[in-house]
Amino acid sequence: MRSRFSWFNATSLTFGFAFLYLPILMLIIYSFNKSKLVTVWAGFSTKWYGELFQNEAFLDAAIVTLKVGVISSTLATILGTMAAYVLVRSGRFMGRTLFSGMIYAPLVVPDVIVGLSLLLLFISLGMDRGITTIVLAHATFSMCYVSVVVSSRLVSFDQSLEEAALDLGCTPFDAFRSVTLPIIAPSVISGWLLAFTLSLDDLVIASFTSGPSATTLPMKIFSQVRLGLSPEINALSTIMIAVVTMGVVSSSLISKRATVRRKRQEQEALKQG
Amino acid sequence: MFNFRRLILILVPYGWLFLLFLVPFGIVLKISLSDAALSIPPYTPKFDLSAGWSAFWAAFSDFDFENFIWLTEDNLYWKAYLSSVWIALVSVILTLLVGYPIAYGMSRVSEEWRPTLLMLVILPFWTSFLIRVYAWIGILGSQGYLNQLLLWIGLIDEPLVILNTNLAVYIGIVYTYLPFMVLPIYATLEKLDNDLLEAAEDLGCSRFQAFWLVTIPLSKPGIIAGCFLVFIPVVGEFVIPSLLGGSKTLMIGKVLWDEFFSNRDWPVASAVAVVLLLILIIPIILFQRQQQKQQEAER
Repeated sequence: MRSRFSWFNATSLTFGFAFLYLPILMLIIYSFNKSKLVTVWAGFSTKWYGELFQNEAFLDAAIVTLKVGVISSTLATILGTMAAYVLVRSGRFMGRTLFSGMIYAPLVVPDVIVGLSLLLLFISLGMDRGITTIVLAHATFSMCYVSVVVSSRLVSFDQSLEEAALDLGCTPFDAFRSVTLPIIAPSVISGWLLAFTLSLDDLVIASFTSGPSATTLPMKIFSQVRLGLSPEINALSTIMIAVVTMGVVSSSLISKRATVRRKRQEQEALKQG
Repeated sequence: MFNFRRLILILVPYGWLFLLFLVPFGIVLKISLSDAALSIPPYTPKFDLSAGWSAFWAAFSDFDFENFIWLTEDNLYWKAYLSSVWIALVSVILTLLVGYPIAYGMSRVSEEWRPTLLMLVILPFWTSFLIRVYAWIGILGSQGYLNQLLLWIGLIDEPLVILNTNLAVYIGIVYTYLPFMVLPIYATLEKLDNDLLEAAEDLGCSRFQAFWLVTIPLSKPGIIAGCFLVFIPVVGEFVIPSLLGGSKTLMIGKVLWDEFFSNRDWPVASAVAVVLLLILIIPIILFQRQQQKQQEAER
């Protein structure tokens, strides 16, 4: 009775994970296909990777995407952490309901609406559309995700630590820097990573807010994919999947090791106490 | 000094969101009430703040709901809204049917394996949405892997037409939104006390009855959260219908995109956005309430 794992569970997990991973696996396998026809296997080759690195339009788009990603997620992390701090610690102030509404709304409002409204704003301000406008747009919606991640950590940590620092003569800023920030740092980092991935992934908002001078990788991929399958896109996808997988797996290993270490330290502390 | 810092801390994110989230919505609303013109930007602005209050009021009396009336008159729009909501509803049910057994299976696996399985569910979520949708073009096409396999087995004589139909859209939605359904359901199932199931069986329930009478009701918060998390974004979905759907697939996100980029009719695109938001506000508020109730229950 202890274990309730049955054949039914085994089958649903097998089929479930096959459904999740087979499409990605096929995409990766056929990126090494010699034929230009993506779905017809004609032998192993890495030539599409070579062609990908020759393709300057893709390289330019990749650089734009990375620039936008790094700048917008850094901005989003700063703004999002501030917003989380305000939501959790600042108590009541005028327009607090509106503020928390504005934090949660971008998480549920469709991309097409966010994109359209930002574009209309940039036009009415007379701004040139390009990397700057994409960065502003991405920072705006990612800061909301960051603030959700960071505020969940802020809620759970012991505020008396901050108060102790203040009692011992720290200024609020020092208390934040030397007590709060180290404790919430992991959630700030995962917030940054989330913002970065969201920026890398976004097609709709970037399409609305960019101008002819800036094309991001998803925009480039989308315009290519609309015309049908392309072995170069398979190769590009494989590279992107490999990078993300390495990042996610290594960060989860690191956090797992940190948890194990903390548990061991807690146990030792209990023994000594 | 302290209060000054606090003021800045509040004002910076507040001002940012106000300027880049709320004001743009105001502009969308404003443009949705103005008339289309063929100049660029293709709308005649309804008011110019520099001209002062009198001009503002003059413009205000000039506002009309022409674009909204247009939305009700042209069949395309209300059909697109209805079909988006319908597609989202069907997708929610399909995703639930696929996702629940996965979440259930995960919660029954021995504890040391759970984090790995959890990571395997989240991992696709981190890889590009666009790429995951693209992967299905190769599978579902008339020369795709699925048709190749079925033809090879001899199950069919000629390729099935799946790509560019609503079926392909459903498959794409279930595939990309599956983590949103699995994760909240898994979170409730994981906390489920095994003793309750044993008690039910001791009292004479069959395994299935115990599942139906204990497990399902207790996982209801997860199911509801998962359904909202799939329904809300799917209504405004653009990428999946435009890559996997066909000419008959009608979704409002795509209509808005085409209205804006192809027809360059900004007032109508804005009106489409306003109505879409009005439709989504109800499920968004319901979802928010459910989440709050859930949080209070956990305290």
